[in-house]
Amino acid sequence: MSGDMNVTLKVWRQKNNNDRGRFETYPVQGVSPDMSFLEMFDVLNERLITEGKEPVAFDHDCREGICGMCSMFINGRPHGPLQGVTTCQLHMRSFKNNDTIVVEPWRAKAFPVVKDLAVNRSAFDRIMSSGGFISVNTGNAQDANSTPIGKDNADMAFAAATCIGCGACVAACKNASAMLFVSAKVSQFALLPQGQPERKQRVLNMVAQMDAEGFGSCTNTGACEAECPKGISISNIARMNRDFIGTQLSIQKG
Amino acid sequence: MTSSKLDAKIPDGTLEQKWTKYRSTVPLVNPANKRSLEVIIVGSGLAGASAAASLAELGYKVKVFCFQDSPRRAHSIAAQGGINAAKNYQNDGDSTYRLFYDTIKGGDYRAREGNVYRLAEVSANIIDQCVAQGVPFAREYGGMLDNRSFGGTQVKRTFYAAGQTGQQLLLGAYSALQRQIGLGQVEMFTRHEMLDIVNIDGKCRGIIARDLVSGNLERHFGHAVLLCSGGYGNVFYLSTNAMGSNVTAAWKAHKKGAFFGNPCFTQIHPTCIPVSGDHQSKLTLMSESLRNDGRIWVPKRKEDAADIRSGKLNPNDLKEDDRDYFLERRYPAFGNLVPRDVASRAAKERCDAGFGVNQTGEAVYLDFAFNTKYKYGKKEATKKGIQNPTEAQLKELGQAVVKEQYGNLFDMYQQITGVNPYENPMMIYPAVHYTMGGLWVDYNLMTTVPGLYALGEANFSDHGANRLGASALMQGLADGYFVIPYTVGNYLSKEISVKPIDTNHEAFVTAENETKSRLEKLMNIKGTKSVDYFHKRLGKIMWNECGMARSTAGLTKAISDIQALRAEFWNDVRVPGDINEFNPELEKAGRVADFLELGELMCKDALDRNESCGGHFREEYQTEEGEALRDDQNYNYVAAWEQLTNGDWELHKEVLNYENIKIAQRSYK
Repeated sequence: MSGDMNVTLKVWRQKNNNDRGRFETYPVQGVSPDMSFLEMFDVLNERLITEGKEPVAFDHDCREGICGMCSMFINGRPHGPLQGVTTCQLHMRSFKNNDTIVVEPWRAKAFPVVKDLAVNRSAFDRIMSSGGFISVNTGNAQDANSTPIGKDNADMAFAAATCIGCGACVAACKNASAMLFVSAKVSQFALLPQGQPERKQRVLNMVAQMDAEGFGSCTNTGACEAECPKGISISNIARMNRDFIGTQLSIQKG
Repeated sequence: MTSSKLDAKIPDGTLEQKWTKYRSTVPLVNPANKRSLEVIIVGSGLAGASAAASLAELGYKVKVFCFQDSPRRAHSIAAQGGINAAKNYQNDGDSTYRLFYDTIKGGDYRAREGNVYRLAEVSANIIDQCVAQGVPFAREYGGMLDNRSFGGTQVKRTFYAAGQTGQQLLLGAYSALQRQIGLGQVEMFTRHEMLDIVNIDGKCRGIIARDLVSGNLERHFGHAVLLCSGGYGNVFYLSTNAMGSNVTAAWKAHKKGAFFGNPCFTQIHPTCIPVSGDHQSKLTLMSESLRNDGRIWVPKRKEDAADIRSGKLNPNDLKEDDRDYFLERRYPAFGNLVPRDVASRAAKERCDAGFGVNQTGEAVYLDFAFNTKYKYGKKEATKKGIQNPTEAQLKELGQAVVKEQYGNLFDMYQQITGVNPYENPMMIYPAVHYTMGGLWVDYNLMTTVPGLYALGEANFSDHGANRLGASALMQGLADGYFVIPYTVGNYLSKEISVKPIDTNHEAFVTAENETKSRLEKLMNIKGTKSVDYFHKRLGKIMWNECGMARSTAGLTKAISDIQALRAEFWNDVRVPGDINEFNPELEKAGRVADFLELGELMCKDALDRNESCGGHFREEYQTEEGEALRDDQNYNYVAAWEQLTNGDWELHKEVLNYENIKIAQRSYK
């Protein structure tokens, strides 16, 4: 069941990390408004394959907005025009017939391009390895209800924990800062009693790793929060800064 | 009689003693020896990540492989509703035995008692472990953990984190994994796909993996290999699985000697967003937890259904008396919370009879209006001291609660369909969701290849012919956190003197060459059709003939159709790009080639099982009321298929012994 929309895509093509890359223009016909943005790319790729051309490489997996793999920079905005929506959950009904749509990969020094629209976000994994955990080995745990956690804190920790690690915050930021991503993880644990023993070291280590990966500084512009598909609040950044500065002061004193 | 090739190795003793005794007597590996033992783990979902973290904590040298760009993307992340555990925090009569019993009965008496009891036993530890890791489960105002109810049970034992429990559990396991990566105990290989296992002297000793960015093939040695690579629902093309979910790792193992257990046992989930068109690339689940509060119905009269389909009638305007709450009508004891297989078949039955409510006629309603107002709205009004609230007030108060419980699901529904589910009943239809079948494993989770294990959805072990909701997360984490750390030690304790085998060993070289020539073959066909073209056709055959209803005639035809399609694929598929670069089409081609073989085995297994049980419904075998009719006399076994050198299969049977549970006709009435 194809539809009657036509769009023109300007897509970033880059064979690999050593290639300079360039935009290519592709008209796509017969688009249904019920198609997701990625399904529209499926249609384009299907056509490119039958024409003997190379399809556009892009990252995607769950197509339910939760795995965080899809990562298209659409008309100058990560994940496109809607708020609170990943690329895979963006549907063509959000566009008009005959629209021209510009699609780029995430652009950040710390996210090198793999091919076309796919980038390497392993910097996020390395930040997690530096402190994004509670050091509890399997088998160490006490009964789950032995530490009551107030609903407010539990809910706030959950809200921070819903980050999908897609990198839209970095792509949206003019400085390519990863503060929203890092602060969401720092906050989740800072809000929970289980996170207290490692609270200070965690924030220092994660911030140090973030800097080492080449992410930029935060200048409180707020683009990250505005573009985050999961609505992660910028107040997490304030919380992280408080912890970071507080920890540094206490260490200097000691 | 159980085949001599299958030994489930269930420990002796009473049901309650088996696992305790096993743990206390299993041979151990001392810490110094653990440092020189290497374990390969394929897949980084709940089973893989939890196994990797736990084994690394014990001191083993671990290598983890995943095809995604980060271990956090594994499809466990998409699980919505919750995770079961026999904590009895609700004081409603839950116990290890009851969880065990519900799981066996839910699986329609086709799972092993020993394995399932162990699963129920360790379920409580999982919740403890996850909370200790900082997993933010939903809580009550008093700070205690909240529970919700799920299908196939009459207690509230499901722990949850809004509609994204899988995400939170996976991020917990991923955190533990990243910690071990940071400590140097785990070496992580992202954007890598396992393309073969390597057997040496009858034992699994490593894998061949492809670096998906460079296209290079790599050889990796391991004293043991753990496949945690998930299920194979994507054989149907349209499913709730992620686009990349595939059977390749399990299938390669199958071709190298691992038997495949109950391949035809597939779970069709009742509450998914209906198919909207041919462009559709995947289907999206609406969590089973919604059946807590949503009531499923179709119009009582066909004329009303027709009017709804043509847009003449708004479902909100249809009177209460004119609605058929068919699950509540047919199954009064469990109502909307019957197990998934039962709910799916009932929805199909109504739609086939002409009562479907969307344009394709393949949808039923999942309606929250009643509970929004009268369950939540009333409760909130009472809490707030509002006397005699108006209908509008009840709706507003109730919607706030519904939003908190299911907000992300409702948003997702609106995104996909363009319809606001707070104001209109959701339209849902069954879709492929999970595969109970998988690699055959014994009590140790070891396959028929020594040293090769399968965990989580990749194995066949715990769910019989139908999995209960919120039990997949439980099984994945049970296997990874609490089972494999003991059982793999049992094997590795005898391997301590085995030095790492040089990957220039002939077996590695041969396996790599075979993998390489297969990839080259795919690239060189240079046909006219895309990989997706074949995948979609395979999916149609599977859905029509090996989906919710199966028959001798349909399955027989499906087998020959799949064989023909497979021949066509190898003759006419076009894989663009180069072999030595990032090439998603080449990845897909390899996976679809494997699905084209698996599909045939699934049909063969379904044809061989002349009974209906759980998700396997053979039209020839049903009761007068249309319920599944089991044949315990002849089919009370696990079907374990061995692939022969000529490409055909031989069936081996593992007879199931029920010593603690009395087998009965499954009834939810």
